[in-house]
Amino acid sequence: MQALTNKAQAVSRKPMTFLERLYLINIIKGMMITFSHMFKKQPTIRYPEEKREFSPVFRGLHVLNRDEEGRERCTACGLCAVACPAEAITMEAAERVEGEENLYKEEKYAAKYEINMLRCIFCGLCEDACPKDAIYLSETFAPANFTRKGFIYGKSDLLIPNPKTEADAFAEAKGVEA
Amino acid sequence: MSEQTFFKVTVDGITIEVPAGTTILQAARQIGGEVAPPAMCYYSKLEGSGGKCRTCLVEVAKGSEKDPRPMPKLVASCRTTVMDGMEVKNITSDKVLEARAGVVEFLLLNHPLDCPICDQAGECHLQDLSFDHGKSGTRYEFQRRTFKKHDLGQHIQLHMTRCILCYRCVFTADQLTNKRVHGILDRGDHAEIATHIEKSLDNEFIGNVIDVCPVGALTDKTFRFKNRVWYLKPMDAHRDCPTCSGRVTLWNRGDEVYRVTARKDEWGEIEDTPDGKPGWICNTCRFDKKNASEWVIEGPRAISRASVISQGHYAGNVGMTIPTETFKAVNGGRAPHLLMDIHDESEVNQPDIHLGQIQGPSNGTTFNNKKDNA
Repeated sequence: MQALTNKAQAVSRKPMTFLERLYLINIIKGMMITFSHMFKKQPTIRYPEEKREFSPVFRGLHVLNRDEEGRERCTACGLCAVACPAEAITMEAAERVEGEENLYKEEKYAAKYEINMLRCIFCGLCEDACPKDAIYLSETFAPANFTRKGFIYGKSDLLIPNPKTEADAFAEAKGVEA
Repeated sequence: MSEQTFFKVTVDGITIEVPAGTTILQAARQIGGEVAPPAMCYYSKLEGSGGKCRTCLVEVAKGSEKDPRPMPKLVASCRTTVMDGMEVKNITSDKVLEARAGVVEFLLLNHPLDCPICDQAGECHLQDLSFDHGKSGTRYEFQRRTFKKHDLGQHIQLHMTRCILCYRCVFTADQLTNKRVHGILDRGDHAEIATHIEKSLDNEFIGNVIDVCPVGALTDKTFRFKNRVWYLKPMDAHRDCPTCSGRVTLWNRGDEVYRVTARKDEWGEIEDTPDGKPGWICNTCRFDKKNASEWVIEGPRAISRASVISQGHYAGNVGMTIPTETFKAVNGGRAPHLLMDIHDESEVNQPDIHLGQIQGPSNGTTFNNKKDNA
């Protein structure tokens, strides 16, 4: 058979010498590599205590945005769901009735809004598709959970705190400006 | 059969023979495809429609065989009849494309562009038109006009701000019903569709104004905000209706009927029934028959591949039959130990909420809020 590269080496079938049969030299060689790593810089971090910085383009868990007056921006137009390649987003629209003007920005709003985080691939296409600036991908990721049920995020999990009534929580959710 | 004169007309280099008296637009539609000019106000099933929106403007490069001079201005193809040897330029003429972009800009001057809320989104002719022929920006700097809300009764929702004043609904009421109660009031910028002194539209055939409306100005209240059209499953269906043809398109989610409309052809107009009459449907079919059991379902409706409505839909009879569950058979007759019913957790599309049965739009109380109590 013709060799594809000239890197191939024939296996040596020579019987081992006495020194080689002791394996001592090779063990020492191997341990040298092991011990040398003790003095090198560690590539790992102690995760829960220490955290790595996210890249500025990191796409994590979704948030449903509110406007300055604390009204929900989402109007359930369905463009995020139609853009979603994983079909993770579902919603149910409802009409804003009188007296709800301080809750919802537009005439129509999402009464139910669900993202299945097991399906979501965090591509950010929903963010791109949104005409109302209502959905954003934040710099956190979905925490682990024991059941699949825990990964269906409803509106209560996704909505950003109200900047009017829960100013502290809102500031915390917004995080520090980079 | 009487002798008919046929005229030869060339649209964008494609020659076709049409009977005398055919309009340029109809001739172009017989050729089909991109050659056919768009039309917002013209509706072939309505007599006297057309000539208002100016989107169908075409250039006539050669008047006829006898008088080969070009027409000095762009002409409205829906109202201009063909002459023998006429040469028409539609998409091959830069003048036409420029004029059309201008017309789109005018039509959008006062349009609120609230497509995320509008129920017509996805099947709106103005969306298609501005996507195909419009420019991305507007030069208009002033407040868009707004109107006082008019109530047109319990079935039809009027959004006057979205109206482009095509007069189609006025012609529909004139030609399908014996008494028209709505029309265009006032002039110029104030012109609006309204009934004189709040009346409701309740003629048996008045629901067809929803189908003829090219924009979202007249929409179905029984479907209002229920779902986006592209998530629904369009199905051809019919029923034995004493007043109308009974041939409709059902828009289903699962087995629930969310909306009933007439069947529309590739130009967005109502399809003819087999006996050659336009297939207008009555209000009973449209608004009151929201149970799948009341209809004979013929099969999925073919939707143009370019339409957003066709997303997630497959050709043929896919989705018509429920596939058999094979888990037990391959697992020695045992049911799975762990099986998550999505309805236990998800609050969307709950089996006990029948949106199709609700008369008006749903609101916060429709969904019994388990965890998202707003």
